[in-house]
Amino acid sequence: MENFLQHCINGLSLGSIYALIALGYTMVFGILKLINFAHGDVYMVGAFVGYYLSAFLGLQSQPSMVSFFIVLVTSMSVCAILGFLIERIAYRPLRSSPRITALITAIGMSLLLEYVAQLVFGPDPKVFPMVLERRDLFQFGEVSLNNYHALIVSVSLTLMLLLRFLVLHTKFGKAMRAISEDITTASLLGIPTNRIISITFMLGAALAGAAGVLVGTVYPRIDPLMGVIPGMKAFSAAVIGGIGNFPGAVLGGIIMGLSEEMVAAYISSSYRDALAFGLLIFILLVKPSGFFGKYQPEKV
Amino acid sequence: MIALAAATIATYLLTPYISSFYLQMLTLAGINVVLANGLNLISGITGQLSLGHAGFMAIGAYASAYFSLQYSDPNYFLLSLLLGGLFAGAFGLLLGLPTLRLKGDYLAIVTLGFSEMIRVLFLNMGSLGGARGLPQIPHHTNLTWVVFAAAATLFFIHRWMNSYFGRAFLAIREDEMAAQSCGVNTTKYKVMSFSLGAFFAGVAGALFAHQLTYISPSIFTFTKSFEILTMVVLGGLGSLSGATFSAILLTFLPEVLRPLQQITHIDLRMIIYSLLLIILMLTRPTGIMGKREIWELIPWPKRKA
Repeated sequence: MENFLQHCINGLSLGSIYALIALGYTMVFGILKLINFAHGDVYMVGAFVGYYLSAFLGLQSQPSMVSFFIVLVTSMSVCAILGFLIERIAYRPLRSSPRITALITAIGMSLLLEYVAQLVFGPDPKVFPMVLERRDLFQFGEVSLNNYHALIVSVSLTLMLLLRFLVLHTKFGKAMRAISEDITTASLLGIPTNRIISITFMLGAALAGAAGVLVGTVYPRIDPLMGVIPGMKAFSAAVIGGIGNFPGAVLGGIIMGLSEEMVAAYISSSYRDALAFGLLIFILLVKPSGFFGKYQPEKV
Repeated sequence: MIALAAATIATYLLTPYISSFYLQMLTLAGINVVLANGLNLISGITGQLSLGHAGFMAIGAYASAYFSLQYSDPNYFLLSLLLGGLFAGAFGLLLGLPTLRLKGDYLAIVTLGFSEMIRVLFLNMGSLGGARGLPQIPHHTNLTWVVFAAAATLFFIHRWMNSYFGRAFLAIREDEMAAQSCGVNTTKYKVMSFSLGAFFAGVAGALFAHQLTYISPSIFTFTKSFEILTMVVLGGLGSLSGATFSAILLTFLPEVLRPLQQITHIDLRMIIYSLLLIILMLTRPTGIMGKREIWELIPWPKRKA
């Protein structure tokens, strides 16, 4: 039972990371109907930015909340810029072309990031510096809740609430929702669609960057291909929750994290990667629109 | 048909005169031709983006290698190849039935996930070597077999494209909804195209296994799938001759670039492939050939009506 609780805590913190990445997928898909394959790699870049920044500033010698937040914010901003560039260079020129063209470009972008990262950062795994000391917050029998778990959950929760506020209660959010409803009409009504789409990409990328730093802090092994599997899992999470839907992405991420942890704990850790796709295929079979997604009939 | 036979016989006669390096490269090129055209059938002709070609290749490779390890007689090689193809095709059917009812976007990611799943499964199957791989597969593949397989694939897909079924595939690519309203059972034909493509991937995987004589799950990663996709996209989605040409080109390209690779010590191939994909999509999304075939470009004397 205590083990089970511990796995719940681990799964929940893993799930929050998936949820952060999944939000980026969902935002972009909601607005452009495009699967941004490069999203998982933005997350990888986020982790590496954190790595180099803390090496550069020597933050490792003074681990504290402040250093952690410096790393987090810088990494988020760099990723936002990267997200902007990806959209500007690769996706915007293709906005009116067939879906398959944009999809292939997205795949190309993802590969480019992965392998350029190998060229720049080197292909070997690196150890993420400890920017925050690990300590147990409380011990309850064998269940321990350390500050890393608390950090992941609280940072992701804060970011999600911020995003929710942004989307539901600001003018930008309104414009964004209008575009996802109908991009042509939105632009006819004077919404600067290009700018809104750019900002959406930047927001998504910033969330992915935050996830990268969080993962780097907690599981300090980063390599240029680290974004591939989490990226696919987060996408599966977004689909499970109903792609295009924000609470759905969060729920999907949590489900994904919890079930992965449970499979690793009680069945076999080698099947944890297979689980995500099994789950995805199952959901697509049973309820293709996901938990919260609305069914959209095809129109001619 | 004649060309098929001629190519096979010609290769058989020429084989002793080719140096072993080129023999190996040509064999790999031939296998890639089969792979690329299998994917072309799915992505180029039916318009469904599949990123799981390496997974089907793995299934074919393992199935046929396992068979060959039981019956290593070269006479059974054709059977072993077909077995690899059929296994992969069956899995294609299995995967296609649930996923192809959905919109194409999901298909890409599901197939990607599927091929990773297959890899994880093979990684954990002790009876098939697990992570250590499956060694000592009899070396049955030679250039003649590969050319025969490539020619047969091309011949088959070419004939298929001009058949009733092929027309249905093309209709789905052009406009799925219009095709549906014209009475084309889109799901059925998509699944059909998918399992046919998987069949060819399986055959290619089988050829590959008997060429390398060793297979392990680490060969069939998603980079392999992307490599095949690049071949198809570069050649032109929907063009058999384009895919064939670019499959051969991309097999030889890394060899040409090998000196450069020794300086940087990393796999430059993938950077080139990814750049190729992006630049092609931005500037010439139709690839080298578009949907045309090489023989359509030759100015044949026009027949009078």
